Amino acid sequence: MNPFRFLLEKSWQQQTVSGIPEGGEFTTSPYKVALLFFLAVVTVMFGLFITAYFVRMELDDWRPMPESPLLWLNTALLFLSSITLQWTHNVLKKEHFKKFKIGLVLGALLTVGFVYGQVTVWGQMQGEGYFLYNNPANAFFYVLTGIHAIHILGGLFVWTKTIVKYWSGAELEDLKLSTELCALYWHFLLLVWLVLFALISYT
Amino acid sequence: MTYIPIADQPNELHDPHTFISKYVWSQDHKVIAIQYGSVAIFVGLVALFLSALMRLQLGYPDTFSFIDPADYYQFVTMHGMIMVVYLLTALFLGGFGNYLIPLQIGARDMVFPYLNMLSFWFYLLSVIILMASFFVSGGPTGAGWTLYPPQAILRGTPGADMGIVLMLASLAVFIVAFTMGGLNYVTTVLQARTHGMTMMRLPLSVWGIFVATILGLFAFPALFVSAIMMTFDKLIGTSFFMPAIVSLGENLNTAGGSPVLFQHLFWFFGHPEVYIVALPAFGLVSDVLSCHARKNIFGYRMMVWAIVIIGALSFIVWAHHMYVSGMNPYFGFFFAFTTLIIAVPTAIKVYNWVLTLWEGNIRLTVPMLFAIGFIFTFLHGGLTGIFLGNVTVDLPLSDTYFVVAHFHMVMGVSPVLVLYAALYHWFPKMSGKMFNVTLGKIHFWATFLGTYAIYLPMHYLGFLGVPRRYYAMGNTDFIPDSAQALNANITQAAIFVGIMQFVFIFNIIWSLKYGKKSDPNPWEATSLEWQTPDNPPVHGNWGEKLPVVYRWAYEYSVPGAKDDFIPQSIAPEDVVMEEGAGKYVDRSEEH
Repeated sequence: MNPFRFLLEKSWQQQTVSGIPEGGEFTTSPYKVALLFFLAVVTVMFGLFITAYFVRMELDDWRPMPESPLLWLNTALLFLSSITLQWTHNVLKKEHFKKFKIGLVLGALLTVGFVYGQVTVWGQMQGEGYFLYNNPANAFFYVLTGIHAIHILGGLFVWTKTIVKYWSGAELEDLKLSTELCALYWHFLLLVWLVLFALISYT
Repeated sequence: MTYIPIADQPNELHDPHTFISKYVWSQDHKVIAIQYGSVAIFVGLVALFLSALMRLQLGYPDTFSFIDPADYYQFVTMHGMIMVVYLLTALFLGGFGNYLIPLQIGARDMVFPYLNMLSFWFYLLSVIILMASFFVSGGPTGAGWTLYPPQAILRGTPGADMGIVLMLASLAVFIVAFTMGGLNYVTTVLQARTHGMTMMRLPLSVWGIFVATILGLFAFPALFVSAIMMTFDKLIGTSFFMPAIVSLGENLNTAGGSPVLFQHLFWFFGHPEVYIVALPAFGLVSDVLSCHARKNIFGYRMMVWAIVIIGALSFIVWAHHMYVSGMNPYFGFFFAFTTLIIAVPTAIKVYNWVLTLWEGNIRLTVPMLFAIGFIFTFLHGGLTGIFLGNVTVDLPLSDTYFVVAHFHMVMGVSPVLVLYAALYHWFPKMSGKMFNVTLGKIHFWATFLGTYAIYLPMHYLGFLGVPRRYYAMGNTDFIPDSAQALNANITQAAIFVGIMQFVFIFNIIWSLKYGKKSDPNPWEATSLEWQTPDNPPVHGNWGEKLPVVYRWAYEYSVPGAKDDFIPQSIAPEDVVMEEGAGKYVDRSEEH
């Protein structure tokens, strides 16, 4: 079905409400819609950073940075946290609250581990003399990983709201939605990270 | 249907009781809209004052000793940035978007009222940061509103110390504010429409604001990205945009960066920004024209499609701002092509506005005057845009007053005329009071004729080759003395128009206090906001029950109907017909 069919409606003809569903054509949760739009905005932002990266890379003073093996460990941590949150969402759907709690906390711990790992990598790099201002490759590395980390911290803020919801006894539907959106956000940030990691490693 | 608390449940609204929660930390979209609007108009007046100072310098060089070249560039920069971002974007989307979306789609409030409130306070913070740059040492940045590096952050440019940093910080905060508001507007339009309000029954105002918001969400990241990278270049000494430079006799540490990269990023934001301002204007003016011409908008569906198509095209025309930047000439060919294509849907809109007026029962009210004035100025500015969209014409004209005249007509005067049309049109709904009509008409004629007196001569100056961005022309052979005389005249007209804007401010303040009480639907309009049970609408908008929408928003002058307008929320069987006119019927069978 054509998703833009609604644009063809001849609204000057019909004078009725019968046949028009009460919630309109779109029935997704507004929170999910807002999140999807936000992810699109973030995608555009990283897309522009990456475009700038490619343009800048072509200029002749570009000196690639060495790759820290720790980044592989961090990637694994983020990957696991993303999977854990998905699992958390799945067990919540089956109303296993104990597993849900474990999953939620474990997901956050893995994520904090990732951020800690990233900070460690920054420390390592600076210890080896790769400062932000030495070279555009370094600058892009710090800026991209930094902005990604900030988005992760934003995710942890929403995660906190989810766990507060659980404590304060929010409705199950509400909790399911929050968890689902957390999982979605984590998958997205994992995807962004994989793209960034590939970018940093192969250029 | 997905459950949206505030969309249909009055008891889910947290009714504010104290003064602070009602008017300061308010989550009511109408209060937030007025907060947004007031702040935007305030900074707009600051920018207007700056333009008066610029004009004084240009009209009477060597007269005002308190304006030195650095001041002049700071005035230019702040005037441009404030007008484009902090006035127009904020007033159209933060102001009218907030006010009209929930009322016109039949919702009780935005979907995320708390986020909406945050959006306003972030906007206010960005304005405060921006205003603070007037008071730091070195003053605000004087880099031009495009903030091109390397000069924007090099010594020698006014405000290159703190001014530019505050500008970039302010923009970043503004973008955060806009993103919070924008997610809200988009989600609200998609999710919170009342029963019967299909997307194609939305008034064009909502369509314009909706598409402009999507543009903003996807365009502002480009500014955000470039602001971050430039901040690093400035504060930490990276070379994202900074090439190797010898500045004031010393070698800087930067090397290898690409200033043109910044220009691409900036205009990838900057061009959609034009349409972020223009599309809401298109929408609002369509509703005003249709209502005061007592006729349905001509070609509603085409108007919606044109908005969507213009929105999509606006992302692939950005480099027409960069014909003189030294980029690959083939780029210029491509971007000239897309630029001229975008004239097609835009022309469709202009034709449809004119055809809406055709044989309408035109009521020359104050909002209608401004709306018709807009058609003139927009057509005018649009036509010079077709000149400048061509590379070969643009190259000689790019750095002259012709460009100043063009963009002021098309995205200065035109959107501002729509803003006035909309402010006068919706003022009775926002305040419950009627404005003074005579003052409104004086304001219109002074503004409309006055702006022509300012900008028409500038086209001529441009053809003479008078360069823009110059503090003073000095003695140049190809610029005749008459050009200076013309400059003085332009300044007089500009000061006059500037002062006449206070007629509007006075009218608003006076009418709020002493104005006559307004009818709930003074313009006899069909859209939902005029059918609220209270005037002005109270928190929650609709009383006990949400309105149900039976038709589009343009049911004016229906043959046989007793009134010449049929509100969207009246059931077909309740429409009163004249005697002998037969029954008001569903027209789907006729076609």
